[in-house]
Amino acid sequence: MIAGPVAEIPPGGRKLVEAGEGRRIVVFNLDGEFYALANRCPHQGGSLCDGIRTGHVTAPEPGIYSYERRGEMIRCPWHSWEFDIRTGKSWFDPRRVQVRQFPAHVEKGSALVEGPYRAETFPVRVEDDYVVVEA
Amino acid sequence: MNVIQPIQHPGKPAAATLGLVDVDIHPRAKSIDEFRPFLSARWWEHLTTWGMRQRHGYTGGQPPFPKAQPMASRRDAWPPGGTPCSDLEFMRFQLLDNYGIDVGVLNPLQPSGQGDRNNGFSAAMAHATNEWQLEAWLRKEPRLRGSVVVPYEDSAASAAEIRARAGDPNFAQVLMMSRTAEPAGNPRYWPIYEAAVEAGLPVAFHAFGYSGWAMTNGGWPSFYIEEVSEHATSCQNQVISLVVEGVFERFPGLKVVLIECGFAWMPSVAWRLDGHWKHLKSEVPHLTRAPSEQIRDHIWVSTQPMEEPERGAHVLDICEWSGWDHILFATDYPHWDFDDPREALPGIIPAERRRDIFGGNARKLYGF
Repeated sequence: MIAGPVAEIPPGGRKLVEAGEGRRIVVFNLDGEFYALANRCPHQGGSLCDGIRTGHVTAPEPGIYSYERRGEMIRCPWHSWEFDIRTGKSWFDPRRVQVRQFPAHVEKGSALVEGPYRAETFPVRVEDDYVVVEA
Repeated sequence: MNVIQPIQHPGKPAAATLGLVDVDIHPRAKSIDEFRPFLSARWWEHLTTWGMRQRHGYTGGQPPFPKAQPMASRRDAWPPGGTPCSDLEFMRFQLLDNYGIDVGVLNPLQPSGQGDRNNGFSAAMAHATNEWQLEAWLRKEPRLRGSVVVPYEDSAASAAEIRARAGDPNFAQVLMMSRTAEPAGNPRYWPIYEAAVEAGLPVAFHAFGYSGWAMTNGGWPSFYIEEVSEHATSCQNQVISLVVEGVFERFPGLKVVLIECGFAWMPSVAWRLDGHWKHLKSEVPHLTRAPSEQIRDHIWVSTQPMEEPERGAHVLDICEWSGWDHILFATDYPHWDFDDPREALPGIIPAERRRDIFGGNARKLYGF
């Protein structure tokens, strides 16, 4: 599906898109790269699109802290579960707790007007670039 | 009191066939000006000149730790231009209508005047908070019930406030905090229990409060995660004190609700007390019934947050030991640790038990 024009999701931005059958996907722009995650938090269903982007605070031992990967984590607006925007893996249990991730990439409008992707709520213009999500 | 007819609703958990009752909702005034009509000129001037001065070390009356999210709230619970749960329309949309809640019980936390060092001001603010609940919420929304906020360090003023609300079906319970200046069974608080029993209202202890003491036996902790874990231990003190001081012997009609304190700890407190009681009866000769029986008969607990052991069977054990008929559902809306009714209860709990937790138990307790 076509999530929207690239210009609509600037670096640091995000967009919530309807993926049909009630599913929602949130698309993030991380410094020009696009990532798409299911919007529903696997814990209790909070809307990840409404959360803040944050980073990793790590501590090799008590009292020694560093802040890394600023803006690369999304924190659920309800219970603060954090997920890596690039992988969908949770911060506290990355192996077992993940939010579904969908491949996303940019395509030129000229390549999209022929299909197969669909954009039901806006017209696709050949001269623009679009974010495409494989969902 | 009006008896509810559970509404059919797509957002409601399927098991909530006896209704969905949320016993922990936290309304907040948009600004302190909302209290002005309910305060005398004398106390309004006090408030605007001196502000609130809760009994709380280090913090000037503010919560001592940053709480996970701003105003300890869900980030999606901020209405346009307002603070979380300050707007009835928005709250209806996001909570009551969204989940098909039949009855929601309000527990106003801040500002409420509870724990203020000035007893007169504490009483005036508690009274104003109750008037504000009526005006801003209860008269406008029949699904909501209020809590009689009391200035609990002044039991005479508290009892007067309870008696003034007796018989008003808008109020479902009396509200205290889990941290009090002395253990809650101390006779100084008995006039509160006496008035509550007279009025037919349960007494709820909500986690948190302003005792003036450090919140752990080892002093002030370093992290919020320690404070939020302490909610359970703060109630352990209160349960033990209520039992051994003989409060339930003196007031057999008293019903106590513990809100936001978990409950997996309660069976162990009961077993431990029973064990000691066998040997130390002569120290507390006024106790004629085993502590565990008193706890089982007089204390109700709420689900948010309920402890979630890894093995589901252990959830069932905890509920069995705590009393299936004494567990009440709570969302804690709009706070960050909110529970979604469709997701909150562990899947292993059988449907008829869910039905009771969602609605049946609260309806029996409160008479909804």
